[in-house]
Order: sequence, then C-alpha cells, then structure tokens
Amino acid sequence: MSEPAPAAAPPAAPAEPHRAALRRQKVARAIRMRHVYSLLVLSFGLLVVFKYIPIYGVLIAFKDFTIHRGIVASPWNDFEHFRWLFRDPFFFRVLFNTFWISVLRIIFSFPMPIILALMLNEVRSSLYKRTSQTISYLPHFISWVILGGILTEVLSPQRGIAGYIWSLLGWEPVNWLARKETFRGLLVVTGIWQGMGWGSIIYLAALSSVDPTLYEAAAIDGANRYHQARYVSLPSLIPAIVILFLLQVGNILEESFQQIFNLYNPAVYEVADVFSTYIYRSGIEQARYSYSTAVGLFQNTVGVVVLIGVNWILRRFSEYAIW
Amino acid sequence: MVATALGRRSALGLAFDACNYALLLVLSLSIIYPFWNLFLTSFSPVEEVTSLGMHLWIDRWTVSSWGFVLQENDVLQAYLNTIHRVVFGTLTTLLITFSGAYALAKRDLPGRGTITTLFIFTLWFGGGLIPTYLLIRSLGMINTRWVLIIPVALNVYYIVIARNFMMTIDQSLEDSAIIDGAGYWTILFRIVLPVSKPVLATIALWAAVSHWNAWFDALIYINDADKRVLQMLVRDMIQLVTFDELLDFVEDLPVKEHIPPQSVRAVTILITIGPIVMVYPFIQKYFVKGVMLGSLKG
Repeated sequence: MSEPAPAAAPPAAPAEPHRAALRRQKVARAIRMRHVYSLLVLSFGLLVVFKYIPIYGVLIAFKDFTIHRGIVASPWNDFEHFRWLFRDPFFFRVLFNTFWISVLRIIFSFPMPIILALMLNEVRSSLYKRTSQTISYLPHFISWVILGGILTEVLSPQRGIAGYIWSLLGWEPVNWLARKETFRGLLVVTGIWQGMGWGSIIYLAALSSVDPTLYEAAAIDGANRYHQARYVSLPSLIPAIVILFLLQVGNILEESFQQIFNLYNPAVYEVADVFSTYIYRSGIEQARYSYSTAVGLFQNTVGVVVLIGVNWILRRFSEYAIW
Repeated sequence: MVATALGRRSALGLAFDACNYALLLVLSLSIIYPFWNLFLTSFSPVEEVTSLGMHLWIDRWTVSSWGFVLQENDVLQAYLNTIHRVVFGTLTTLLITFSGAYALAKRDLPGRGTITTLFIFTLWFGGGLIPTYLLIRSLGMINTRWVLIIPVALNVYYIVIARNFMMTIDQSLEDSAIIDGAGYWTILFRIVLPVSKPVLATIALWAAVSHWNAWFDALIYINDADKRVLQMLVRDMIQLVTFDELLDFVEDLPVKEHIPPQSVRAVTILITIGPIVMVYPFIQKYFVKGVMLGSLKG
C-alpha cells in the first residue's frame, strides 16, 4: 500500500450505503494504485496471449479445423475426433504406454532418491558427501538432447561401455535402445541415472532437520547404525515420501517427453509412444491439428481430474495440499 | 554429532561403511564416465575412435577435431544464437517477473485475488502443444528470434516465487519514501529493486540455464539454419550419427585430415555443455533453493 489506509466508514450507517461506500473506496484505491496496474500490463498481456488464447484454441478439437478457415469459421463436427479417438488403436497404445511407464517409474524410480539420501546421510566425510552430491546433480543441469546423445553412445553395442561389460560377462551385446523388450526398462534406468541425485535433495533436507539427540538417545538404547537408519532416519522422511508419492501418482498421465523423445526411434514406437510424442508426430509432423488437440485435451482433462483427486487426499490426510 | 553417537566401530559397521562409500563411488563414476569418454573421443584420431570397449585413456591425442569445429561457421553461428536467447531471454523474463510480482505482492490491490487466480490456473491447465503452435504461427512468429524469447518470458512459477519474496518486504520502507517525496518509479527502482536482488538473481540463473538448455521450441518454430541454436545443432548431429550420415553432414571436411565424425560431434557436445558443467557446482545452491520453495508451495 502506498498511502495510509482510508478511515473505516461509521459503523452506525445502514448496510446498503455502507457497501456502496466500500465499493467507492475500492474504486478510489484502484485509481490511486493505477501505477501498480500499469506494471501488470506486460505480464497479464502475455498471460492472456500465450496461456489463455491457446485454451480458447482447444475449440478446434470440436471442429474440422483448417488453417485457411481459422478457428471461428471452421465447422463444428459433432465430436467426430473424440469418437475416432476411442476407435483409434494408436490412442490406446499411447494411453497404455503412458500409464505403464508411469507405473514402472513409481515402482522402481521413486524409491531411489530416498535410498540415496539415506546413504548420503551415513557418510561421515563431508567432502565425500558434498562431492558425491554435486556429481549426482550433473545430469539435472544438462538437456535431454545431450543426455540422449551421450547415452546412445554409452549403450551402443559397437562402441559403448555397456556392450563391453555385457561381452565381458559372456553375452552378445545388443542394441537395447532399438529393442521393444528393453526400451521401457532403459527409460526407467536412465531416468534414475538422471534424476536420483536431484530428487534426493528434498529428502536430505528432511534428514538434516532431524534432532541429533534422537540418534544419541537411540544409540544409548543400544541401536546400531541399521536400527538408527530404520527407526530414526526413515520415519522422519515419511511425510515427504507420502506427499511426493501422491504427487507422482497425480502426474500419472505426464510423462517425461524430453527423455522419451530423445531416446526413442521408430523401432520402439510400439512400446515407447506416449501422449506428448504422439501429439507431436500427429500434430506437428502430420498436421492433424484438430485430432491432436483432441488427444491433448483428453490427456489434460484426465490429468487434472486425477490431480484434483490426489489433492483432495492430501488435504484430507495432511496439512500439505497443492492448492 | 552423529559420529560420536555411533562411537563403537564394529566390523559390521566398517563393512557397511565400505559398501556405502563404494556404491556412491559407482554412482559417481557412472555419471562421470560418459562425460570422460566424450572428452577422450573429442581428442581421438580415427584409429582410437573406432576401437571397441572401455576407454579410460587414449594413447594418441589430436586436436584436429577441436580445430575443425572451432573454425566451423555453423557452430559459431549457433553459439551466438544461443547466447542471444540466453541474454535477451533472461532479461525479458526478469522484466516480466519483477513487474508482475511487484504488483501481485501489493496486498491492498483491488482485484488482486482474482488476477492471482488467473495466473495460477495456467499452472494446472493449458491449451497444449497444437493450439500454442497454431497461435505462434498466426502471430507470424515462426522463424523469428523472438519466438524463443517472448512466449517463455512469462513464467508463472517465477512470478509466484518472486511475489512471495516481495510480500516479505516491509511496507514501511515504501511508506517512508513516499513521505520523503519519492515518486512511484523512484521507489520501484531505488527501493524495491535493490531489496529484491537475491530473488531476482536466483530467477535469472534459472532462466539463463533453462534458455541455454532449451531446444523443443527451436525444433518446432525455427527452420532457418542461421537461427539454429546450439542444442538443435547437437540434436541434428546426434540424429545424423545414428544413421551414419554425419560424414555427409560435414561436407567440407577434407578427407585427408582423417577427422572422425564422432570426434566432431563430441567436441560440439563439449562446447555446448562446457559453460554449464563449469559453473553448475557453484550455482547449484540457488537451484536447490528452488526445489525447497517449490516443495513448500506444492
């Protein structure tokens, strides 16, 4: 507030004039603060143009849109795209892949940052701990374009270290990235490799706030290192684990587009194609604008519904909620 | 303090420590090795690069790939394009974030609640890829440099973070300046801006790193080779190597020099990630802060 608050209206005044007086004060305040609104013009303008106009543009999912007719002039088509969507075998492939890759990540990737945080917590040398942490953050700062290139090289059956180790073990090196049986597994493994260090930050913060006397008391009671990790460290992580777990479940239809897009190839589309990659190929590459928008709207709507459900659970059972 | 509580050093405890340290070492090596391999590849002559297996060292070093890439005009142009979007993109984002956050931090601004809700809503629901693409097309922004800067200039998450910070600024600071006769713009630039420096510096780092790493907008909106950013150049090279076409890509490569395409690609990747790899250990704490702030909100 740039000026002292206006004096309150006399309490004895009748209700209607009182409300009118309040509104007048509000308008007066708005006029007085016009310089503040002028500061909002830029960001609000961008919000309208780049966030809300695309939401309006979702209308093309219900129309036979062509570029030269534009959004308004394109004819409505009676949900034809949505009817086609539920007959499109590719759509169900994409739905299943998205769902299944998320489930695999929840099962295998989700626990990894927790384990890493517990391991780092047991390291006594602070130099070793800090160095390990910093190195583990590295992939987080590098784009998936580059990570994809690096991993393709590492996993290359001809040149990569993975193939080399494989052949040392007496097996024939294979092109894992081009095989349907192994591609999803690789997504999970490379996702862990890329994200576990960064993901551990939140758990390490929770661990650092544990009262050290708890460990001392446990030690006096005869708890060894394992007992302390199991009965002091781990329980202190439970709130963070529950919340992050629910958030990950809430994002079950969100997949890491950048990772998949930079690792997949036509040989594995069958197991790797997810919503965003499908929307990109059908929308941008094949210019099926209306249909791709319908697919996107389906994903977005179901995603929001799941998220609202998860938020309801969070609200109900903890003090944390997304909104 | 934990260490003293763990006083007794049993054989089991030592074995546990050894395993723990070893596993962390394996994790670190799994991250470092690919980058080390890239480094070696960039200095490898043809004979080394085609040999199989694990490379911890190479016997013969050559700088010919480095020399080639650093003289390549495409690479130089892409580097300048990336720097352009980082500098102007970060500045634009800062301008938008600072002005928007300041306004939304004013507790007594009429309509503030509604406006804030309109901002936050877009974090959860958006038009999606195709409507955004069609909008950008109809705005005539395809193949312009602005397309990499303007559509991402507004980041609602940054605004929320900056707003929360500015709400902690003591209002009396501004009030007393008013009494001293300062105008609104003086207050904004002489009082609010300096006080907000920590949060703006943090957001500037986030925006700069994300601009440096961004590629998808360049993929769909930029077709001209002279506006291609580094990430896209690398992506083109990676795609081409996958199909063994890099030799064609590097057309003007004199065959007699025997420069292996993998090395050329490795050099390009290294100069792309170089600035990030060198600064991230020092700026990581600002990004960690973002994780913590985000977790408080979410």
